[in-house]
Amino acid sequence: MATALTPVLTRYWDQKDSYTVAGYERNGGYKGLRKALDMAPDDVIEQIKASGLRGRGGAGFPTGLKWSFVPQGDDKPHYLVVNADESEPGACKDIPLMLASPQQLIEGMIIASYAIRANHAFVYIRGEVPHVIRRMHAAVRDAKANGYLGKNILGSGFDLEIVVHGGAGAYICGEETALLDSLEGRRGQPRLKPPFPAVAGLYASPTVVNNVETISMTSQIMRYGAEWYSSFGSEKSPGIKVFAVSGHVKRPGIYEAPLGITMRELLDYAGGIREGHKLKFWVVGGSSVPMLTEDHLDAPLTYEGMEEVGTMLGTATPMVFDDTVSVVRAITGWLDFYKHESCGKCTPCREGTWWIDQLLHRFKDGEGKPEELDLLNELCGNILGRSFCALGDAAATPYPQALKLFPQEFEAGIHTPANEAFDPMASVVFPGVKTS
Amino acid sequence: MPLSDQTRVEIREIIAKYPEPRSALLPMLHLVQSEEGMVSTAGIEMCAEELGLTSAEVASVATFYTMYKRRPVGKHLIGVCVNPQCGILGGDKLWETLTEELGVDNDETTEDGEFSVERIECQAACTYAPAVTVDWEFMDNMDPDKLRETLAKLRAGEEVVSTRGAVIRDFCATERTLAGLDDGLADSGDNNADEIMLAGLTYAKENGMSAPLPGGDE
Amino acid sequence: MSTVAPVAGSSAPPADAVTCTIDGVQIQVPKGTLIIRAAELIGIEVPRFCDHPLLDPVAACRACLVEIEGMPKPQPACAIPVAEDMVVKTQVTSEVADTAQRGVMEFLLINHPLDCPVCDKGGECPLQNQAMTHGNGSSRFDGTKRTFAKPVAVSSQILLDRERCVSCARCTRFADEIAGDPLIELFERGAKQQVATGPDAPFDSYFSGNTVQICPVGALTSSDYRFRARPFDLVSTPTACEHCASGCAIRTDSRNSTVMRRLAAEDPEVNEDWNCDKGRFAFKYLSEDRIKTPLIRDPETQEFYSASWPEALDLVADKLADYRGRTGVITGGRLTRDDAYAYAKFARVALGGDDIDFRVRASSQEEVEFLSNKVAGTGLGVTYSDIESSPMVLLAGLEPEDEAASIFLRLRKGVLAGSTKVASVSSWVSPGSAKLQAVVLAAAPGDEAMVIDALLKQSSALSEAGFEVSTQLRNKGAVILVGERLAASPGALSAVAALAEETGAKLAWVPRRAGDRGALDAGALAGLLPGGRSLTDQTARAEIAQAWGINESDLPAEPGLDLAGILEALTTEQEVSDETESAVESADVEASEEQEVADEALAEDSAKAAVDQIAEEVQLGDDEPQEPRIDALVLGGVDIRDVPNIELMREALREASFVVNLETRLSGISAYADVVLPVAVDIERIGAYANWEGRLRQFPKVNPEATAQTDGRVLAMIADEMGYPIGTGDVVEYHNELDSLGYTTGERVSFNSVKPGSAQTPGSGEAVLASWKFLLDLGMLQTGDDYLAGTRRPSVARLSPATAQSIGVTEGDLVKVSSDQGTIELPLLLTDMPDGVVWVPQNSPGSEVYATLGDAIGSTVRIAGGPKAVSDAASADAEVSA
Ligand SMILES: Cc1cc2nc3c(=O)[nH]c(=O)nc-3n(C[C@H](O)[C@H](O)[C@H](O)COP(=O)(O)O)c2cc1C
Ligand code: SF4
Ligand code: FES
Repeated sequence: MATALTPVLTRYWDQKDSYTVAGYERNGGYKGLRKALDMAPDDVIEQIKASGLRGRGGAGFPTGLKWSFVPQGDDKPHYLVVNADESEPGACKDIPLMLASPQQLIEGMIIASYAIRANHAFVYIRGEVPHVIRRMHAAVRDAKANGYLGKNILGSGFDLEIVVHGGAGAYICGEETALLDSLEGRRGQPRLKPPFPAVAGLYASPTVVNNVETISMTSQIMRYGAEWYSSFGSEKSPGIKVFAVSGHVKRPGIYEAPLGITMRELLDYAGGIREGHKLKFWVVGGSSVPMLTEDHLDAPLTYEGMEEVGTMLGTATPMVFDDTVSVVRAITGWLDFYKHESCGKCTPCREGTWWIDQLLHRFKDGEGKPEELDLLNELCGNILGRSFCALGDAAATPYPQALKLFPQEFEAGIHTPANEAFDPMASVVFPGVKTS
Repeated sequence: MPLSDQTRVEIREIIAKYPEPRSALLPMLHLVQSEEGMVSTAGIEMCAEELGLTSAEVASVATFYTMYKRRPVGKHLIGVCVNPQCGILGGDKLWETLTEELGVDNDETTEDGEFSVERIECQAACTYAPAVTVDWEFMDNMDPDKLRETLAKLRAGEEVVSTRGAVIRDFCATERTLAGLDDGLADSGDNNADEIMLAGLTYAKENGMSAPLPGGDE
Repeated sequence: MSTVAPVAGSSAPPADAVTCTIDGVQIQVPKGTLIIRAAELIGIEVPRFCDHPLLDPVAACRACLVEIEGMPKPQPACAIPVAEDMVVKTQVTSEVADTAQRGVMEFLLINHPLDCPVCDKGGECPLQNQAMTHGNGSSRFDGTKRTFAKPVAVSSQILLDRERCVSCARCTRFADEIAGDPLIELFERGAKQQVATGPDAPFDSYFSGNTVQICPVGALTSSDYRFRARPFDLVSTPTACEHCASGCAIRTDSRNSTVMRRLAAEDPEVNEDWNCDKGRFAFKYLSEDRIKTPLIRDPETQEFYSASWPEALDLVADKLADYRGRTGVITGGRLTRDDAYAYAKFARVALGGDDIDFRVRASSQEEVEFLSNKVAGTGLGVTYSDIESSPMVLLAGLEPEDEAASIFLRLRKGVLAGSTKVASVSSWVSPGSAKLQAVVLAAAPGDEAMVIDALLKQSSALSEAGFEVSTQLRNKGAVILVGERLAASPGALSAVAALAEETGAKLAWVPRRAGDRGALDAGALAGLLPGGRSLTDQTARAEIAQAWGINESDLPAEPGLDLAGILEALTTEQEVSDETESAVESADVEASEEQEVADEALAEDSAKAAVDQIAEEVQLGDDEPQEPRIDALVLGGVDIRDVPNIELMREALREASFVVNLETRLSGISAYADVVLPVAVDIERIGAYANWEGRLRQFPKVNPEATAQTDGRVLAMIADEMGYPIGTGDVVEYHNELDSLGYTTGERVSFNSVKPGSAQTPGSGEAVLASWKFLLDLGMLQTGDDYLAGTRRPSVARLSPATAQSIGVTEGDLVKVSSDQGTIELPLLLTDMPDGVVWVPQNSPGSEVYATLGDAIGSTVRIAGGPKAVSDAASADAEVSA
């Protein structure tokens, strides 16, 4: 039986004012918060733990557990930081969540802050999205005007201020410690761990960093209970996930469904591959995870299911490419990205991306050398696991898998430019522009 | 060019929002950029002064982030996402169209100072590929004809509206928004839920699917 | 660059020790020891670039990856402390570690220009060396290298080759973490990441040279040394820095007996791995304009002629024998301890007097007593490690960043670690104080004693922060560091002594010059014999007389004259006799007019008495020809610009019947000398300084061919000629003699407390002058070092906003600061400081206080606005905010 779609975070999006306090409240918004404020903070943490919610920023770390790492009874202020940097190629779920249901995020932030005893919370939004930044600022004003922020929220005695903070163009700032440095007004370069943010994060104080979707979902978990939430999904990957399907499908878009749904099912909901074409490869969790093919369409989209097929669920925002696409072109484009976004701190990533990118361009231009196929693999191996943070690992990931799945395309790159082997115009999706 | 006293006042307002002043640096740089269309030496020095930092500390931050410009940007900054998803689905072609149309290359500005162009990385608009931005306002599902039309309208001073609702102003105006100042546009386009955002919900509703919710909620 | 972590106690393992295994060897190290240091202890050198033992770990370069059992990925040895039972495998035993290290090394080299043959670092380059040991030999990279225009001057002194940079961030971290001068930073990101300075803000840090030393590649080089030598041509000698009282360990690299460069040598007790730019770069004076032979002034032509040593010694000995008992000895504060001892002994034995002073600067009798009573011959007192972990260090009349740079660094280390707090009694918050997060207790010059007294009394006049300081001073381990400037503020040293007494805080005196503490310990001060002995103490006299082989009665009975006394004696005796004559004349006149003023009986009587007395004195003088109290001068290493009243000094030199000057090159003193005797600079001799801690800093001879004589040797030769031998003049002999004398066991020179003074009250258009010397200024030992001079702080005048307003000037305007003697004109920098005070640098371009204004510090000067300054004060401002 096919897995049904289960819109939760997205379920009122068809109401035009879903982003306002009024619209949100009309649909029962802030009920979860009221429940939470009636509980002891530790019980809130327990409930999130019991729900099995795992971080939706990519790594899937259990959220309740993360909250419980924050030391209590210390003299330091605590902070909640929402990671809204969404810059991973393929990831495009947090932006719509903030646009259409910012109150849901704010509700989750109040709940999380209450649980970890933070009186100051931040939303760090990537800089390139003014529409989201203005929406979040307005949403915070709206929530404050309605007594959800500021002093003595809903008479609970709990105080919270939320600061909406715009970044300035740096993918690495999605990495949580780089994000904290950036939020402190520094270069967004990752920090040495330990200490972990839960112990020494923002301003060296205990800090929880969570993804937009993670925090948004806590509002629903508080509203409907841990049991309800964990009834979805698998044992290791409980709950519901916002999937964003992009690429050569007929109906790209947002699909909310329980974890464990398969890509075949999602593809189905998205209308399948565009007319006249076949699936060539797909990347489930952002460009930083190994790509998959048709062979993997029935693997459950869970953290463990994806691990089983040699990749990672990541952001669960599948990019779909059909048979018109050159793998070499795609991989080279991603390496351009990682080279551009490498923060420069560590040698393997900074220098490794510089080198790999040059080699890949040779293959893309039909000028690769046979021995460089192995060299590339070796160089990726010299980055993977040796860089300072996971960006380096991400940069080292696409090539080895692509070579494994599509060796002939790289071999062709020894003599034939990618845009000769694959007509670029065949891949475009402009309405009105002829596709061959 | 000296920055205005108004900017200094606004800088202090931004600083006041944060538990520690230095946290305000990124928005502050957006603000000084909104006045000069770039982060100039004067802008760096004003930020340094207000935060008690050296100009090296400020410049080191300003040069890390790609959105801070070292050379004056034209009235409008056009970005074309060339990251594979967008690039393959049409971004490469759009870039070609744009640069041919304007006769400038990456990070360059047209002679009339109207447009600067930039190859940009993934904008989290993959479901809208290929995406273009004008002064960072999104122009989703772009195609070459629409792009030409948009350029023409901008040049003619006609109204262009982002697919996400906001009316396009200019680069400097957006920078003020990014600094966190209220631009009065927050309600543009209602909740912005278009058919792409609603794809799953629509399908679910049409096919009688929903998440079972306790307590009679639907 | 490598250091050894503290080894676990040899006998019983300390409680906080952990045991781990590295490459099969089990070792025990203190908890918290990083793997990379633990490996060093068993002789394993893990490659590294970003790692530096005194910088916080960043684990950025990834050169040091090692395998740790139980961890899935190789880990940076530089950032992970060993844990109990940890099993580590380095490149020596682990394939994983070795491959990882080689991989990183290969990456590091792809964008490196590999221009070793033309690189200053070639031959001593960690990248070059480690590429050999941990690299793959040939590069597989055949792509496009990153290129940069080369080189960029980040300051006049430091050049940057960005192509060579490996982004280890040692330099930027040093500038920020250690020096507190974040004037260089990493700019851009990814492969474009590079070190740079802010717009219009060069890397003018007093400590910039350290970055050249710790750069693990040749990216940072000094303008001074660029292309001058290759490491294998250089001979390295461990030496001690002669520039200030910090006593830094230095490595002097020379070629063919010429000093090519100087580096900080590692001394964990003193300067750790650092030094200041003066210590590093100011050494051109060593070879500039040296005097090679004795010079004698021809009585006819008044010109110097080169003389032989015998001729010069003959003449000097003859003359000094004539003036025995009437010769003043003045030394300039730059002498080695052994030389100072030679002067001390020479003055007492050969010259038969006690008229000696090493304090060529503002000084007082209060200071003589303070130093003799509290400091001289007290051995190692407060140490660097004491100040690194002191609950409160009070700086009184001391700006460590300018005056004792290594103290500044050590204090900052403690402050950043949270183990030290600093407060300062000063006229304004200097950049150094700001970087030490010091509580500044504002005092106009002259008010210091009052402020210190308030701390003692916990007076209600104290601010909250001030009260906090006074409380913390009562905590165990609190320290008061007193600068030499405090001597100029009446009662301040007395107040400090009382404060120390009351609070239990330890007291240390920090002079500016390298030789001052040694000179004090050696007894180069009137009334003070070696080892802190009082000239008037019987035990002391007996000990010294015995050690010197003279009769106790040969030692002067009473304390002699200090610098002020000597100058006064030389410049007023003549006047006294003039006065005497005129007094006699006027007395005569008065006597003749006696009848006419008969009704003024009282006046008559006193006038008559005066006449009688004077007549008696004149009478006496007639019997024995009258001898001036001081007639001749022996001056060693004195810079005339250090004398507060230069005119008085000049007059004294003119008045003196005979002047001998021991010098390395002609100076402002030599111009008045009858004989100049050439002496050795440090590289030509062995010697030792005592630093501010009282720690001996010995140095060997750098230039083996040098034949110049030490001051001590020259004095011994003169003494021999005079027939009052003081020994062979050998440095070691002096050294041993002084050491075996030890410290006084008798009565110390007594310390008579002086009542707190207070600042003068300026009238309108006036202010009290405050000043101190910048680290980099017009000092005698900095001549010729033009690149260094380029990093000096700009000369500005500082006024409070209210004072500025009172004379109608605003920031950047020229301010004229005038005394009766002259005017200094500098651009104004508005400063939070007491009203009615003006501050200018003491010896900087455009601001030579003594030469222009005379002895005006602490006095009222006139201030007025001038025309708008051409150069703006903005750059100075930026530096202050740093
Ligand atoms: C290079 C890099 C980029 C990342 N970008 C994001 C991002 O944009 N948004 C996000 O939530 N997490 C991102 N992460 C993951 C975060 O470091 C962190 O794990 C996450 O914010 C934690 O939130 P969660 O527990 O709710 O998932 C990124 C990680 C890396 C290494
Ligand atoms: S892997 Fe290294 S260079 Fe890359 S982003 Fe992380 S720290 Fe920066
Ligand atoms: S020395 Fe360890 S990472 Fe650089």
